[in-house]
Amino acid sequence: MITIDAKNKYYKELNREIKDAPDNAVTVENVCGQRYIGTNSPGKDITVIGTPGNGLGAYLNSVNLVIHGNAQDATGDTMDSGEIIIHGCVGDACGYGMRDGKIYVKDDAGYRAGIHMKEYNEKIPNIIIGGKTGSFLGEYQAGGRIIVLGVGYEDKCPVGGFCGTGMHGGEIFIRTEKLPVNLPVQVEITTATPEDMDSIKAVVNEFCEKFDLKAADILSSHFYKLTPNSSNPYTELYVNQ
Amino acid sequence: MLQKEGAVRIPSGCAITGFISRDGRRITGADAIKSIAVMHDRSNGLGGGFAGYGIYPEYKELYAFHLFFENNSARVETETFLNEHFDIVNLSRIPTRQVKSITNEPLIWRYFVNPLPTRLAASQLDETEFVTKCVININTKIDGAYVFSSGKNMGVFKAVGFPEDVGKFYRLDDYAGYSWTAHGRYPTNTPGWWGGAHPFALLDYTIVHNGEISSYDANRRYIEMFGYKCTLLTDTEVITYIFDFLHRRRNLSLTEIADVIASPFWTTIDSKPAAERERLYYLRNTFASLLITGPFSIILGYSGGLMALNDRLKLRSMVTAEKGDMFYIASEECAIREICPDATGVRAPRGGEAVIAELNEEGRRKCL
Repeated sequence: MITIDAKNKYYKELNREIKDAPDNAVTVENVCGQRYIGTNSPGKDITVIGTPGNGLGAYLNSVNLVIHGNAQDATGDTMDSGEIIIHGCVGDACGYGMRDGKIYVKDDAGYRAGIHMKEYNEKIPNIIIGGKTGSFLGEYQAGGRIIVLGVGYEDKCPVGGFCGTGMHGGEIFIRTEKLPVNLPVQVEITTATPEDMDSIKAVVNEFCEKFDLKAADILSSHFYKLTPNSSNPYTELYVNQ
Repeated sequence: MLQKEGAVRIPSGCAITGFISRDGRRITGADAIKSIAVMHDRSNGLGGGFAGYGIYPEYKELYAFHLFFENNSARVETETFLNEHFDIVNLSRIPTRQVKSITNEPLIWRYFVNPLPTRLAASQLDETEFVTKCVININTKIDGAYVFSSGKNMGVFKAVGFPEDVGKFYRLDDYAGYSWTAHGRYPTNTPGWWGGAHPFALLDYTIVHNGEISSYDANRRYIEMFGYKCTLLTDTEVITYIFDFLHRRRNLSLTEIADVIASPFWTTIDSKPAAERERLYYLRNTFASLLITGPFSIILGYSGGLMALNDRLKLRSMVTAEKGDMFYIASEECAIREICPDATGVRAPRGGEAVIAELNEEGRRKCL
């Protein structure tokens, strides 16, 4: 394993060092704001200690990132494969336009997590957030799966307002018994069925293993599932009836 | 010839940071420089600036005017105006240090002044209104002169350049204050002139802003009815005047101002209990033209405190944290970690949620 000290290093220099490291396992210490960590470093297993900058894991391709600290904005922007595991919180627009791979956030996410997420055939991205999220979760979501577990927020709905605004594909699972507020009319909300729960079991188990949570307790709770309410939910917005 | 704001439109984010010692301990500007420098890539070298509070304790009863002059005749004309309206207790060039990347500097002067009692009485205005009118007069009527700071025991320092260079240029390590804000500019609509750098200030109100407000002209038309003049054609200026108008002249509290400029959506207002709903309706209807739309995160600096606010859709990032008596606000968490690695309570305020940190009793006794 290679250890790199990020102190006072500009992101270009730091990311070059990570990419060129002679070992695939790289630990980066004293990270403070350096952008795009993990981008264009295929094959690497990167552990980040500190506060990585914006665009963490942007365009991520075959890289595993583990963050000991909070991540900032646009984490996993357009990521294509790999994993981002965050032992902390994440800023706004987490998983912006991601098309595959996994983002696991132990605690809370900011606004617009999963905005513009998409899927294609076997490429189905997953974002799991252990705590709560800001408003506009899954804004313009076109595919993939967002799961909010709301651990520690059992007394209230763990997502903000306007969840799924502009959503036209994919699924959002929320572990709660309280309905989200200001849901747009184009979003359908149902109680997750046993089949739905089966579909998320594997990723939730994996999440719980990573963050030391009891998967059985989580999976036996009540989940809401949000989906767009027809294959073309916005037709009536633009066509005279 | 350096182009001024509004002369050309450049279609193209910014960085903001701020902190306050609630006990009123005085911290040098070096920390503000260090914090904003981490977010270097959020600015493009076309503007940087700082506001320090509690930096002039030896003159704390006097208004500290900071001015840019394009030439000496503008200075002579301004000094004539100042002498007619104020008692100038001290005047000097603001000390600067040569920095390679900072060029084309105007003449930069500082005046510690007191309104002349006879002029003030004759004006039939209260003192702050008198001072405000004089500042607006200089900025609109004296060609080549611009007051960019006009409060008591505080000062704004700004220039075209990256913020860390601007801080070095103004020797901010020589100043110490209980609170600081800083800005790194990435101008999106205007070419970036010294006056157009942030913070924007009037009296002791200062604003640093990341974003671009789309309601600028509606806000400008309204606020200009009350004697303000938006001379710089850049959006942040109008936010400063809105705070001055609503806080100093209309006596709204800071959180009420947040409910005006970043009002909740009607759907959210309608879901509130009756009394709260009525209050929000009142504020939103009474000051409808002061709703600020478009993305913004701002830090308001004022004597004794800082307030952070995001637009209601939260289209810009902002986090807060604290440690002991220190409270921090920044566009990115790294800017806080850089100067306080073990800060706790890191959180991102919701869109439209005002976060206020003020001097405590001990701090007020020491600094105000």
